[in-house]
Parts: sequence; C-alpha cells; structure tokens
Amino acid sequence: MNFLNELKEGLIISFRAIRSNKMRSVLTTLGIVIGIVSVTLMSTAIEGINRAFDESAAAFGTDVLYVQRFPWVSNEDWSSFRNRRQLEVKYAARIERQVTLSNAVAPVVGTRRRVTFGNNATEDAFVSGTTQDYLLTSGSALADGRFFTAEESAGGRPVCAIGATIGENLFPTEDPIGKTIRVGGFPYTVVGIFEKQGGLFGTFTTDTRVFVPLFSFQSHFGGRRDVSIQVRVADLSQMEEAKIELEGIMRQLRGLTPGKPNDFNINQQEILTETFGPISLTIATIGLFITGLSLFVGGIGIMNIMFVSVTERTKEIGIRKAIGAKRRTILMQFLSEAAAICLIGGLIGLAIAFPLSLVVDQFLPTAMPLSVIFISIAISLLVGVISGFLPAYRAARMNPVEALRYE
Amino acid sequence: MNVIELKNIVKTYDMGGAEEVLALRSVSLNIGRNEYVAIMGPSGSGKSTLMNIIGCLDTPTSGLYLFNGVNVSEMDDNALARIRNKEIGFVFQTFNLLARSDSLHNVELPLIYAGVPSAERKQRARETLEHVQLGDRAHHKPNELSGGQRQRVAVARALVTRPSIILADEPTGNLDSKTGEEIMMLFEALHRQGNTIILVTHEADIAEHAHRTIRLRDGHIESDEPVVKRKSYDVAKVS
Repeated sequence: MNFLNELKEGLIISFRAIRSNKMRSVLTTLGIVIGIVSVTLMSTAIEGINRAFDESAAAFGTDVLYVQRFPWVSNEDWSSFRNRRQLEVKYAARIERQVTLSNAVAPVVGTRRRVTFGNNATEDAFVSGTTQDYLLTSGSALADGRFFTAEESAGGRPVCAIGATIGENLFPTEDPIGKTIRVGGFPYTVVGIFEKQGGLFGTFTTDTRVFVPLFSFQSHFGGRRDVSIQVRVADLSQMEEAKIELEGIMRQLRGLTPGKPNDFNINQQEILTETFGPISLTIATIGLFITGLSLFVGGIGIMNIMFVSVTERTKEIGIRKAIGAKRRTILMQFLSEAAAICLIGGLIGLAIAFPLSLVVDQFLPTAMPLSVIFISIAISLLVGVISGFLPAYRAARMNPVEALRYE
Repeated sequence: MNVIELKNIVKTYDMGGAEEVLALRSVSLNIGRNEYVAIMGPSGSGKSTLMNIIGCLDTPTSGLYLFNGVNVSEMDDNALARIRNKEIGFVFQTFNLLARSDSLHNVELPLIYAGVPSAERKQRARETLEHVQLGDRAHHKPNELSGGQRQRVAVARALVTRPSIILADEPTGNLDSKTGEEIMMLFEALHRQGNTIILVTHEADIAEHAHRTIRLRDGHIESDEPVVKRKSYDVAKVS
C-alpha cells in the first residue's frame, strides 16, 4: 500500500516535472521515439522476411520428397555432380509401384514457352508437364475449375491448369475456364486456375506456371528432359524411413553397386528452412543491434537529462528528505520520472511506427506483431529504469543537510 | 520524561586532507515535553550543527542522542527518515515549500511519506491549514501567497503529523517584523496547546518568546537559563 502510494506520488511529481520543462522533455523523448520507431520497424521487417520465407517454403510441402539430379543446397564443388545422368520419366512409375510409405508420386518436367490468349501473352512462362498426382504432391489448391484427371493425364489430352499470375495476364477481364490458350503455339484448353501463392521463390510457386499432362508435354516440347519426381509421404513421422526407402529404389533404378555414391539427390523443404534459419538469425541480430544503438543513444539522453534534473532539484530533494522521504522514495520518484518519459516516448514511437509498418507491408507480407507492441513498451520502460537509475541513486543518497543548503 | 537527551555530543567535519573542523565539542542537554526552548548563538557557534543533529538530519560523530528514550545516534538513513517524518516538524527560514505544489499538497506531503491513505490525508491536511487560518488558501501555490502565509503553510506542514517536537530554524528571518510577530504568536499558541518547540535564532528579540534560552559559543553550551522577561501575547486572538 505504502509502495503504491509512493509510486503514485512519484508519478504525479514526474508528470508535473515533465510538463514544466516542455521543450526539454520533448527533445529527450524524441531520442526514445526514434529508437522505438527504428527497433519496431526493424522487427516488423524481420518478421516480414521470416513470414515470406515460411509462406514460400510452405509451397514445397513439409511432407514431400523431391527426387532430383542436383541438390538444392550444397557446399560441394559443382563439378562433383555436374556430369550426373538425367533422371528419367519412367522412374516415376517404378517408384510408384515399389514405394510403400507414399500415397502420391508425380514426375515433373519443365520448359519455358510463350503462352498466349488472343492479344495477351506471357513470354517465357514456365510450362510443366506432370500427372494428376501433382495436385496431391504440391499441396496447391485451385481457385476455380479442376486439375486434369488421370484419364486426361494418361491420354495426353490438350488441357491445362494455369497459375494465378498467368491467369491475370491472359484473362484480365474474362473467366479463363473453358478458354483455349496457346502454349508454345499448341492449343490447350484451360480446365483450372490455381490460387495465388506469392512468396519469395516466384519460380517455384504455381503462380507463373502452366501445367499440362506429361505425355502431351513430351510430344509437343520434347521427351528427353531432366525430370524431378515429387513423392508425397503418407505419414509425416516417417519422412526419414521414406527417404531411405526411396534412396534404395533409386539406387536400384540407377544401377548403382554398393559403395558407389548416389548420383541423384532427395531434396526436401527442411533443407531450405535449415539453410535459411541461420541467415535469418544473422539478419535479425545485426538489424536489431544497429537499431538498438539508436535506442541506446536515446537512453543516454535520458540519463543526461535526469542528472540535470536531479541537480536542479537538489533543494527539493533536501526538503523531501527533511520531512521524511526515505532513500527508496526519492529513488522511486526519479526512476518513475525517467520511466514515464521513456514510456511516453515508446507510445509515441509505436504510434508513428504503426502506419509505417503498413508501408513495409506493401513489400513484405507482414503486420506489426502484437508481441512487438508489448515488447516495445517493456523495452522503453526498461530503458527508462536503467538510464534513470544512476541519477536517481545519486538523488537518493544525497545528504539532507547539504541538499537543504543548496541554492 | 525528556523528549530529547543529548550526552557528550561531538561533531567534527572532515574538510579534506588532515584538516578537521570541530563544530560541537561535547554538548549535553535535556529538553522536556512541552518546553519552549530557544537555541542562540552567533554564526559559527555550532547552532546549525546542533539543530541538524536534534532534527535527525545529521548524526553525531560521537556521543549519545536519545529521542523519546530511543537511541537515534546510530540509526541508519531510513530509520532517521522515519523519525523526521513522524516525530519532528521542521519550520525553515526560507519556508522550503515545494514551489509547484499548492498549500494542501505541501501540507499533505509528510502524510504521504507516512503512508496515510488519501482521504484521511486530505482531511487532516485541510484541518491543519484551517488551524493556521489558511483554510481558504488550500489551492494556492507558494508564489500566490505572502511571506507570512507561506510560513504558516510551513508550520501547518510541520504540525500535520502531530510530531513530538517542532524545530524552527530562524522562522522569522525572511519576514518583516510585523509578520514575524504573527508567526511568533502562532508558536505561542502552539506551545499552549502542548507542543514542544525548539527555536533556533540569533535574534535576542525572538528568543525572548521562549521559556528557556541555550546559548552556544564555539561549539559548546555557554549558558542554559530560563527567560526572565518573557514576551507574551493574548493567545485568544490567534487560536
């Protein structure tokens, strides 16, 4: 009760002191405002980068293994796998027959072609040839229409599903379903359009791609292309087992004798998150350190002004001590003054940072996280308490006789 | 019982290096309840030092100080703060009010430090202001009050905790003689109401209001005798 009384009295005194030194308080607060704005914006940007990455990585699916000629990420010399043989489309069928831990296998081949509808065109669109299982392995969802069926896939029908960006380009006003577009000059009927995915890895999302049945892809754009085989694992907890099983099947398909290294790679989303994790941590650490410096400078400003304030009010401190203020009471008074200045600075900083974070949102998928708001308030209070401590301690330890004599 | 008992109080100030100033050399004195004592002496006599020690603003270098029978000579800062808060009411020459606070808040302040709840605090502060006839000036700030009014606010602040002693350091020093007289009349009234008053002054005129005069010279008590020719007022007028 007594503590609360003292805190209340301390706050009343603080606000009175802040009000009576307006210019000084504004300038001191400005340091904290700038500090909080930069720190919150930096955390918002970091949050944005992470979120963009997560969204992008999600496109790869946590439960999908990618059997490919090359690794996604490697520290080894490129020359060690440059001469690997291409993967063949027929592997997919063999894998599908032998694998026990998977429920969907989709071979994917790709090229780049001009895609047109009427006068609208997309140059160099990614064209992928795959099977109906792609819908399962990719985990992508259609915004409208459907993906091609097993029959269409097996029969190599001239149908296609298009990505959201392609759809916007070719059909700015019309409904694309049922329309016939030209892919590298060949007519394909649009049966479905994917949902927009966005993200950092534009080429890996469905957005800029056109999907056609594998057999028609091969007859129109050539059959001898490197293939990537996507294998969706039925049970997420059996990723490792599935990987080992898949490796065995692949070694057999490639005719590798024991002791020979793999001449293929089984990639998965985890590789990306593992690679990006430390990078994102480094960005966050450096970014927050640099912006934290401005908050630190703000804190020094507070400390400086609190020293001035304590010296100016030496007489007042003497009076208060004479009529019974304990050390703790005086300490609390000046601490709460410093904390109040910082808190006000923090709140103003947040009020400025919030609209700015909406600007950041135009470039990165982010929103100022709620946690950042609370952490900023906590940090500004902390800065106040830390930078106010030395001046407050000096005030608390003043000798009442000398303080009373001070003019 | 004595409110204040000083036994062989010595106070030295370390002026840096080997130099020491002996401000009080073995002062012993007792002050009883409801006494009205003046401490006199020229500047440099040690009267400010004695007042600071009696007021628990400072501790003696050696000697024993019993306040209401409790040894305060070896208390730490916080314990002394508690004594100052509850047992001593200070009245200073320069009033020493908080400039940014109104009269009511100035009078309330000791009660805040004593942890008295807000409603009771305001009530008591208001009553004490009325007691010094400033009930209508509760929301005036010190710069809106005359010197005499300011000193009466200070007296109210000293009284509000119902302390054991009121310690006044040259209370009329910054006032013209007429206002000074008014303040002395107020002290007279407070004394008649049972308060113990210690007046520190160098003006013989002012000291004559007390019942007993202690004269200090060069850090020791030169004389300690009752006042023969007391100045007295018709107290009925003031309270």
